[in-house]
Amino acid sequence: MTQSRSWIPYALILPSVVFLGLLFVVPLVQTLWLAVSDNGTPSLANMTTMVTDLNFGRSVLNTFVLTLAVVPIQIIMALTMGSMVAKMNGGRETILWIWTIPLGISDLAAGMVWLSILQNTGYLNSILFGMGLIERQTAWLTYQTPVALFIGIAIAEIWRGTAIVMIIIVAGLNQVPKEFKEAAEIFGASPWTRFTRITLPLIRPALQSALILRTVLAFEVFAVVYALGGRNFPVLVGEAYNWQNQNQNYGVAAAYAVLIMVISLAATLVYLKAVKVDPERLP
Amino acid sequence: MANIVIENIKKSFGAFQALKGVSLTINDGEFVSLLGPSGCGKTTLLRIIAGLETSTSGDVLIGEKSVIGLPPKDRGLAMVFQNYAVFPHMTVYENVAFGLRMQKADDARVKKQVEKAAGLLHIEPYLDRYPNKLSGGQRQRVAVARALAVEPGVLLMDEPLSNLDALLRLEMRTELKTVLQEAGTTTIYVTHDQTEAMGLSDRIAVVHDGRIEQVGTPVEVYNHPATRFVGGFIGNPPMNFITMPVTNGQVAAGSQQFAVPAQGGEIVLGLRGETVERAQSGQGLDMQVRVAEPMGSHLLLTGSIFGQPARVILPATETVKNGATVGLTLDPKRLTWLSPESGVSYPAAA
Repeated sequence: MTQSRSWIPYALILPSVVFLGLLFVVPLVQTLWLAVSDNGTPSLANMTTMVTDLNFGRSVLNTFVLTLAVVPIQIIMALTMGSMVAKMNGGRETILWIWTIPLGISDLAAGMVWLSILQNTGYLNSILFGMGLIERQTAWLTYQTPVALFIGIAIAEIWRGTAIVMIIIVAGLNQVPKEFKEAAEIFGASPWTRFTRITLPLIRPALQSALILRTVLAFEVFAVVYALGGRNFPVLVGEAYNWQNQNQNYGVAAAYAVLIMVISLAATLVYLKAVKVDPERLP
Repeated sequence: MANIVIENIKKSFGAFQALKGVSLTINDGEFVSLLGPSGCGKTTLLRIIAGLETSTSGDVLIGEKSVIGLPPKDRGLAMVFQNYAVFPHMTVYENVAFGLRMQKADDARVKKQVEKAAGLLHIEPYLDRYPNKLSGGQRQRVAVARALAVEPGVLLMDEPLSNLDALLRLEMRTELKTVLQEAGTTTIYVTHDQTEAMGLSDRIAVVHDGRIEQVGTPVEVYNHPATRFVGGFIGNPPMNFITMPVTNGQVAAGSQQFAVPAQGGEIVLGLRGETVERAQSGQGLDMQVRVAEPMGSHLLLTGSIFGQPARVILPATETVKNGATVGLTLDPKRLTWLSPESGVSYPAAA
């Protein structure tokens, strides 16, 4: 009986494999070919165009600086939030639900929300004017105010993307039996020592997942930046978008896409090495 | 080393009263078990002593000093948890050393103490391994070694053997007794397993429904249970309770007469199954045997006495058929008499 039905699992998995094959692997191969060819012959012309473009260096720098600024803050915030809810007895679910609201909003909508706060006629200026701190509308999001623009984008990204990190970390924290912390407490560990020597090592798998996911997403940042800064703050995906739509140069756009993929893969590898998870050392 | 005084501890979780006023004194170096069924409050009491839980009212003194309000680390105690709580990301050595490291002990002292504790628990070969590579019994040894390495004044153990299989439990029980005797630490041991409590303890405190029903040596608690609950909870088979009529302060059991602490009405006889002997035919207290089970070491009879369910044990050399009636001779010195209304036993006749 079981022998004759051994094909069933394969049959059930097949549609998803075909689906991914058609809609992921084929475009991936096409993109790779597009990036390293010119009129059907292998060529590094697209790569050269990308690297020599005025915005290339800035977009790489911006993307990396934004990622390096946003991801650690998000991880620290998520750890803090997760540890705080862990101490709650009632109302935990409600707080978690409120904290995860930004997850339900699209990137672009999130960008618009922050635009309505930070633009010249936005809520921030209204409040500052109302308090008498500024005398007239102040521009925060122009190329003349790069620091304010960067901070605005970083805050919007943190607001939008911390929830997903928090969910993963809360799930990780829930996996740590409370006896570990109690045992540490009995043997004299302070709250900070319990956190650094017991909790953090035990949530390594969750931490690793959260870091990989959040970093890859940070390298792909686009809509929030586009809504707030437009081309005043070039990022990698934004450049790919411009080459594709404004310049109608699919080859250079593909080159950017490949570069983003390589960076994401590299970041993943770095995390897999740096935040090593040894199954032998887990509960 | 320290003695422990527990004074009228009460604990409520919302409307639920987990502890309804518990007092207990534990002498320096003594091994006391808190024995009771699950949900009786014994673990809550242990956690209050440890400082992991706060009491609603009452006081706990360790070494003459009130520790209520002190964090666990300032109470001079160590604890062994039911699921071991051995840190999976540290080697056995670092686990055992954990308490000492937290006390900022220097490396030489850490090494000396870890080696001493590891020696006591026979875990020297595993010091470099991670706990995941160890069996449940070995992990439990690590947990005990971790607790003993800090040389605590008081050792608290919360069902430390209940996650082990039966054979290992027996082995660890014997070993724990040896190790703790050597260490001389005041120990409070929470368990629902009466054989564990009997075998290990200097004294047993039987906890039931948020109260301590009886405190005494294992033999006292076994032979003279203070209440019907204690008699029924301790012993295998449990104590038999047979309600019997009293005439003029006497109870008749077959050809035997016993003076009892009641004049008329009824009284409950608490009868340990193994304290009876088979009477000469036609004499003794009649038992209708429903099932006779030869267990090898003894013969277990299940049936009824005075129409009430009873289980007794006879020597393996006896033979009894299912459905037979046997006469039993009782040992007057080993009977417990209880009030049928309150279920409390009368003091044992001197």
